[in-house]
Amino acid sequence: MIKAILIFNNHGKPRLSKFYEHYNEDTEQQIIRETFHLVSKRDENVCNFLEGGMLIGGSENRLIYRHYATLYFVFCVDSSESELGILDLIQVFVETLDKCFENVCELDLIFHVDKVHNILAEMVMGGMVLETNMNEIIIQVDAQNKMEKSETFIFQSPRQDR
Amino acid sequence: MALKIVKGSIDRMFDKNLQDLVRGIRNHKEDEAKYISTCIDEIKQELKQDNIAVKSNAVCKLTYLQMLGYDVSWAAFNIVEVMSSSKFTYKRIGYLAASQCFHESTDVIMLTTNQIRKDLSSPNQYDTGVALTGLSCFVTPDLARDLANDIMTLMSHTKPYIRKKAVLIMYKVFLKYPESLRPAFPRMKEKLEDPDPGVQSAAVNVICELARRNPKNYLSLAPLFFKLMTSSTNNWVLIKIIKLFGALTPLEPRLGKKLIEPLTNLIHSRILLCLSSVAVLISLSSGMPNHSASIQGLCIVPRPLSVLSLFIVKYLGLLAMSKILKTHPKSVQSHKDLILQCLDDKDESIRLRALDLLYGMVSKKNLMEIVKKLMLHVDKAEGTTYRDELLTKIIDICSQSNYQYITNFEWYISILVELTRLEGTRHGHLIASQMLDVAIRVKAIRAFAVAQMATLLDNAHLLTGNTQHNGICEVLYAAAWICGEFSEHLEDPMATLEAMLRPKVATLPGHIQAVYVQNAAKLFSTVLRGQEGAPADSKVAQETSQLLIDRLPVFVQSANLEVQERASCILQLVKYIQKLQQKDVEVAEEVTALFAGELNPVAPKAQKKVPVPEGLDLDAWINEPPSGSESEDEGRKTKTKGKAVFAKEESRHTKPRYTEVDEKELAKRREVRKAEQANNPFYIKASPSSQKVYQEAVGVEHIPVVQIDLSVPLKVPGMPMSDQYVKQEEERREKNKADRKKKDKKKRREKGRQRRGDSGPESEEDITPAHMVDIVTEEMPENALPSDDDDKDPNDPHKVCDIQGNLHDGSQVVVSVIFENKCDSFIKSMEFNVMDSLNSKLQRPEGAGPHDSLTVPFQLPPGISNEARFIFSMQSIVMPQKLKGTLTFIVKVSWSCSPQRWLITTMCHLASTRRGRTKVGKMNLESGHVLLIWTRKSKRLRWYYRWREEREIQRWKYPWRI
Repeated sequence: MIKAILIFNNHGKPRLSKFYEHYNEDTEQQIIRETFHLVSKRDENVCNFLEGGMLIGGSENRLIYRHYATLYFVFCVDSSESELGILDLIQVFVETLDKCFENVCELDLIFHVDKVHNILAEMVMGGMVLETNMNEIIIQVDAQNKMEKSETFIFQSPRQDR
Repeated sequence: MALKIVKGSIDRMFDKNLQDLVRGIRNHKEDEAKYISTCIDEIKQELKQDNIAVKSNAVCKLTYLQMLGYDVSWAAFNIVEVMSSSKFTYKRIGYLAASQCFHESTDVIMLTTNQIRKDLSSPNQYDTGVALTGLSCFVTPDLARDLANDIMTLMSHTKPYIRKKAVLIMYKVFLKYPESLRPAFPRMKEKLEDPDPGVQSAAVNVICELARRNPKNYLSLAPLFFKLMTSSTNNWVLIKIIKLFGALTPLEPRLGKKLIEPLTNLIHSRILLCLSSVAVLISLSSGMPNHSASIQGLCIVPRPLSVLSLFIVKYLGLLAMSKILKTHPKSVQSHKDLILQCLDDKDESIRLRALDLLYGMVSKKNLMEIVKKLMLHVDKAEGTTYRDELLTKIIDICSQSNYQYITNFEWYISILVELTRLEGTRHGHLIASQMLDVAIRVKAIRAFAVAQMATLLDNAHLLTGNTQHNGICEVLYAAAWICGEFSEHLEDPMATLEAMLRPKVATLPGHIQAVYVQNAAKLFSTVLRGQEGAPADSKVAQETSQLLIDRLPVFVQSANLEVQERASCILQLVKYIQKLQQKDVEVAEEVTALFAGELNPVAPKAQKKVPVPEGLDLDAWINEPPSGSESEDEGRKTKTKGKAVFAKEESRHTKPRYTEVDEKELAKRREVRKAEQANNPFYIKASPSSQKVYQEAVGVEHIPVVQIDLSVPLKVPGMPMSDQYVKQEEERREKNKADRKKKDKKKRREKGRQRRGDSGPESEEDITPAHMVDIVTEEMPENALPSDDDDKDPNDPHKVCDIQGNLHDGSQVVVSVIFENKCDSFIKSMEFNVMDSLNSKLQRPEGAGPHDSLTVPFQLPPGISNEARFIFSMQSIVMPQKLKGTLTFIVKVSWSCSPQRWLITTMCHLASTRRGRTKVGKMNLESGHVLLIWTRKSKRLRWYYRWREEREIQRWKYPWRI
């Protein structure tokens, strides 16, 4: 199971946080801060796995992260997930974002956090990996966006508006 | 109307959308909090509008603010509104917000049940999709129970997109509502062979998660998985299957042989899978005579793989090794050098992994070498976290399995002393407890230990440094105690005494000062004894007393009560002794007597093992509880009783009296009590062996009243038979160990002392040391008592996901409910209903709808009880079920002529809840009077039911409490 997915930038500003277990808002912020603290002090050329982290850590859980330009993508997983599998999943996630936003950069994530959530929802559901095939993910995301657009169109004609 | 629409649209033009909000926050870097609070005010305004577009926009912004750490639970109801919009765009926003901020205690969740059900059956697959995704994040036991059937139907939806989501979410449903597992399982199994790879992978995912908790139940699926493993091309699925096999093979060794070939193929063809496969391979080979596979696997681990960077492989290699270590310690030990090298790695994760491995690798031979290496690292390490980790590891490694690997304790003590030189460590207390442990348990080392400790005390100023919060000063606690307790080994007790009474000591933490003071007194007695032998030295003895009298007042003024008390007590004592000394009275004998006797280590569990004296019934009431105060939950009586009884003032006085009562009287009282309990329908006997027949109400004699069996063992820890056995076993083991040790340490053994005294009573768990060098054992075998199971978390949701047991269809359970009216009013028109769960249904008369309630065929005047029976058809009996039931009734009360409707749930934490006519609301305390009566009464209601299947009658031990 994936316990949490966090994206934050080099300064620790959260860009996306998705917790699959409930914590209250303060604890969530604390976890983000702590994770950032742990991850950011690591060298570029060390391994992508981390144990510990007091809050979400526990002995069973691990942090698996990747650093892309200005962003850290961190997955917190328990022992049933394979480390390499999750690394691969992060790669798929980033590539999907890249396709959906066309050359994704931090600003896309800042202004369209809802879209990022929607893409993530097609990959991971309730902490379980739903789909790892990028094409399949993109097909579903596009279909939903198309639906949204058609609705907005209807919505703009005043008769449909309530 | 049109005007309103236009106005709404214009308003909306000025609303901020999410992008504007983000932009605004970025532009107000200095006063972000202030800006956001104005935004929240705006959002509150927007939420008040009727326009759903405005609302969803507001909710969308709230989702963003939630990420920034703002509590948005106040908008929960608006989120539900947006969720129930008919438009996909808004629905999605609503579900996203819900998945981010709803959780089990969000009360509006219960309003969503029908909306979600509607969405699940929506013709639009994406509506269903977002509902499933949202639900996966906030599913509650109630939702799981109510929606389990709908989700199960979706598992065979025509669209694979829905199927895979439905399959995945079933895992969450199982966790929250374990009863659904049995009926859903066959379909889940089908999905393993679904034509769509996505659905297949989801099913594999779910079964792997389930099997991780209870692998043995899924052994039957092994052939299916084997087929999948050889045919699937999806890496993700393969990894999951390999992990699953990793859990299965220990249970079924034959599986291992079969797996070796395909796994080795996989290793060669796929890099990604390589490492997880290796780990499994190794565990497979554990059951086999030849270790070729494991050796082969190990060769692969250190081999650098071109595609992945080296450090990832290193980490995973170490991880795999730690798994191998459990089964094949030998094969890992040959890689010792490699692992020690990893300690030099710059990556902390890798270093920590390597440390873990070292723990399992030590042996008598290499312990000193490894620890020496580690000590080097301790000196080099920068960063306190890692250094602390090293320190704990060193201690762990050395102390593991009762100091098994330590051959030279002098060496160990000196290591501990060296460790005290670490600055700023948090683990002072750990070192201290090790010092104490070793000094107490290893007699032969005491002289050496005392000498070392004396030096430590002498150099205390080096340890304390300038900060008082320095954790390492804990060591002084141990040092002072050891020097005091074993002062006969001190070479120069006078010097140590002087060191312990330096004024600087007053800056130490209170509990350490207290030990200092106490042990100064012990040292004093030693000094006196040493000096009084020679009469010429009486002057020196008096000087010693004078020293104490001079120095102790500092402690008497201490702010710490403990220090103050001990210091003033000892000060007075010394003053008195000085007076005697001046009269030339020999006092050494008496003073020494103050601290005579040896302290032996006591095993942590020894107290539990003390046998209960004969004739003492711990379950017996010391005072019968007053009849009116039986509101205590009887199911937990045995657990809580002790506390409750001893909390009462009066019972404390009666306790000694109780012990004086003679056996006869005792037996008589017990009889009386038993009879009373037997007549009390609400008393459930605590002793597990006997059953009581319910005698009171006419016509219900035949109902067997079964004692409560909670999943937590309630037995008072006594001395059951098995314990004796365990004891014997332990003794045998200890003897063996002692024998072995004799061989090892022949030269140190002292003749004639190796025979051990019988360890008679349990309280003497400490074992008088038989050898000069012997580790005084304080270990106890695991699982000696049922209470040892406490370690397991009873709340583990996965424990319940166990589908064992067998059941024929159409089984019935007859539930006899005894209703007793304890209030002063007349109760009539009782209607009883239990919501159907997946595998239990209340049987209703023909023609009745599935939600109709049954009328209870009697009325209850005050103080009367009667029994009604309800029949449930059951499909599964593997676990106790919580059924939610309602009992509605009318109470005739003088001040209220309108019928009151009550809802009682079986949820254990709720005594009773009131449900209004139409809508679920908060508890209405207007009619608190009745509620109170009911609450009291409800706790006294017990449900018993039994389970009948053809000829054999099994009894179920679960009480259903209303």
